[in-house]
Amino acid sequence: MRLTVAAEWLNSCAGCEMSLLNMGEDFIACLRILSFVHMPMLIDHKYFEPMGEKIGFEFPEADLGIISGGIRNEEHLAIAEEMRRKCRVIVAIGTCATHGGIPALINMFSNDELFRRYYRTTVATDAADTPAVVVPPLLDRTYALDEKIRVDVHLPGCPPHPDHISAVLTALMNGEQPRLPTKSVCDTCPARREGKGAVQKMRRYTRNPRHQADKPLTEMKCLLENGLLCMGPVTRAGCAGEKGEAPQCIRARVPCRGCYGPVQKNGNQLLDMLNALASNGIDIRNLPDRQAFLRFSGAHGRLNRPGWKTRDRQQEETAGPESR
Amino acid sequence: MNGGRPDAEKEKPLPGNGSGRVITIQPVTRIEGHARIAIHLDEDGNVSDTRVHVMSMRGFEKFIEGRAAEEVPRIVSRICGICPWQHHVASNKAVDGCFGATVPQAGLKLRELMQTMAHINDKILHFFFLAAPDFVLGSNVDYSVRNIMGIVQHSPELAGKVVQMRHRGQMMIEKFSGKVIHPVAVVPGGFSRSMSEAERVEMLDGSREQLEFARYAMKLAKDRIFSKYDSDTLSLGEIRTGFLGMVGIDDGALALHDGVLRLMQADGSFHEFSGREYTDFIGEHVESWSYGKFPYAHAWGEGFSMDPDSPRGIYRCNCLARLNVADRINTPLAQAELEEFRSRFGRPVQSTMLYHWARLIELLYACERVVQLLEDTSITDPRVRDEVWPRAGRGVGCVEAPRGTLLHDYSTDENGCITRANIIVGTTHNLAPINMSVKQAARSLIRNGHVEESLLNRVEMAVRAYDP
Repeated sequence: MRLTVAAEWLNSCAGCEMSLLNMGEDFIACLRILSFVHMPMLIDHKYFEPMGEKIGFEFPEADLGIISGGIRNEEHLAIAEEMRRKCRVIVAIGTCATHGGIPALINMFSNDELFRRYYRTTVATDAADTPAVVVPPLLDRTYALDEKIRVDVHLPGCPPHPDHISAVLTALMNGEQPRLPTKSVCDTCPARREGKGAVQKMRRYTRNPRHQADKPLTEMKCLLENGLLCMGPVTRAGCAGEKGEAPQCIRARVPCRGCYGPVQKNGNQLLDMLNALASNGIDIRNLPDRQAFLRFSGAHGRLNRPGWKTRDRQQEETAGPESR
Repeated sequence: MNGGRPDAEKEKPLPGNGSGRVITIQPVTRIEGHARIAIHLDEDGNVSDTRVHVMSMRGFEKFIEGRAAEEVPRIVSRICGICPWQHHVASNKAVDGCFGATVPQAGLKLRELMQTMAHINDKILHFFFLAAPDFVLGSNVDYSVRNIMGIVQHSPELAGKVVQMRHRGQMMIEKFSGKVIHPVAVVPGGFSRSMSEAERVEMLDGSREQLEFARYAMKLAKDRIFSKYDSDTLSLGEIRTGFLGMVGIDDGALALHDGVLRLMQADGSFHEFSGREYTDFIGEHVESWSYGKFPYAHAWGEGFSMDPDSPRGIYRCNCLARLNVADRINTPLAQAELEEFRSRFGRPVQSTMLYHWARLIELLYACERVVQLLEDTSITDPRVRDEVWPRAGRGVGCVEAPRGTLLHDYSTDENGCITRANIIVGTTHNLAPINMSVKQAARSLIRNGHVEESLLNRVEMAVRAYDP
């Protein structure tokens, strides 16, 4: 019996799906073993199939449900809930699904602020009311998947490395629990480190760190010690893949920004990084916008509108959305 | 079954439409993104109206406000996981503009190289993975087979070759630039690393192989697909519009990375303007039923209308538009194909299904251009980035993404943080034309209440041609 798979994308960009295709020949091998019953990017199964006459979503049952993207509107929520009902195992694929990802930066703004800018105060736009016919209403913020439905496997990464997508699929096909990286990006980085005290302050990334493109990365000085903010110490490893020489951004000689989310599932990349820098006595006054340390993990109440406290949120949840 | 959420309910008939049915196609499949097609039928079962709803919005323009501008090219790449390089490059150009940055020659060449290589993989993906099942397998075969898995079953050799070529192209980009999906290597002021001579030689070999594949793909498509286009196919989703695309400043030739924008009317006359002047020519209209906006040519002074019989202000983007506005292509194989294309179909070409043909001509161009760039040894100059100085300013970055003209318009404060942004992506330009093509297709296919799944797929083919 072939394993059946349903795949959906919610508040996402298709990058995770591209990474799946980047498995290359392993992807073809997978197609021989897996049977996709729903996947909007590649196959024509519809919510209201076949002739658009059904009322409401109906998904086929599947052994495995793969969901990319967080939850931003009522339709995303309905799809996620229906996937949960119909799939034995739910895999949250990509950092949007596991931690909100880049789109959770919107959690620093209200929907009103978003709509006002988007539909009424943008330079080329003929100002109009916010669209409200047929389009699904937005929720109050972007949620990670596990804030709304039970998730069995978390596979972070923006996007997750094809090696690990492959590892998850293989493990689940064999009925095993997938084994994924648990260390930090720094633990997989070959750049040369000299130790504490080597750097006093951080600078903005406005010029390239010194390096020679034809020399191995082991001869490049650690980017943090070059005075560049690098989120490697507080970010989950994985982007180097199973056999990669180094983290992907480091290979470009560019500092890490934390796209795999925190090392520990519930870690806080902003607090962890500020602690790491402070304990090394590093001055970060030059760096604007420190909230952006959370740019990949802003769901779970991490990024909020100014003045919005977790306590407010709890009150809102008990009292309903009008309480604030 | 859904518990009666408003979003999951089917669309209601339009007011004044009697007891007519609404056919809902959702999700529109084998495209990138979340769209729903609603086909409204009147009491006799004929099409009274159609709408293509864009169902989600993330709000990038809003949430990049306050971010340090030099960080933004690594954020906005997430607008699209299929064409992240295009956003990455356009965003860097916008930040260069805000900061008044200069970019060394080798930096410019590496940017164009990576962006053009990304075009190659994108076109292979769209043509073979998303669109080809309708042509190779047939638009009327069962939906459970009509996909890339079906192609793997039906033509395993072709499928293997396509998957391998795309994969190799992706890995070439990744090997040099570190990260292929959501790239980081383009930076304000240039590029993050230089290219060694050994890397140049290796990439040149790989690029020549891609060029061979592009020739093979063109021949295959002509033999097996385009030669079988009948009049029904050529007229599927056909509408009459203007076109927008980038051309070289000096020669009016097809350009993907840098140039001026040419906005052509359906009669072939055109205006040219720089990306920075886009607001003088383009407005964005809002409809109550779609999160996506509808850009239109306000410079034509005729307003906005998506009526296929008398469109107003409507232009199209993406490959067919680029070929229509370009005077020529500066690479020999693609130029020969363009000449043949024009001799058959004229200029500008309006048939929507010819987007597929145009896409493969562009695939050839992109492959030839990459070889050209890599044959130039000056691309290995170690000076790839000039230092940038955050400051207040405005910058408009423009490139041609696979799906059309891409504009990133940013303003910064004195600390170099974003104060305002407007982004118009390729597919957004095409939202009005897509609506019109769907209406045209639905009207011609659905008559007297007779609907079947394969007809609805033909309606979707009118969307897919735009590769949204």
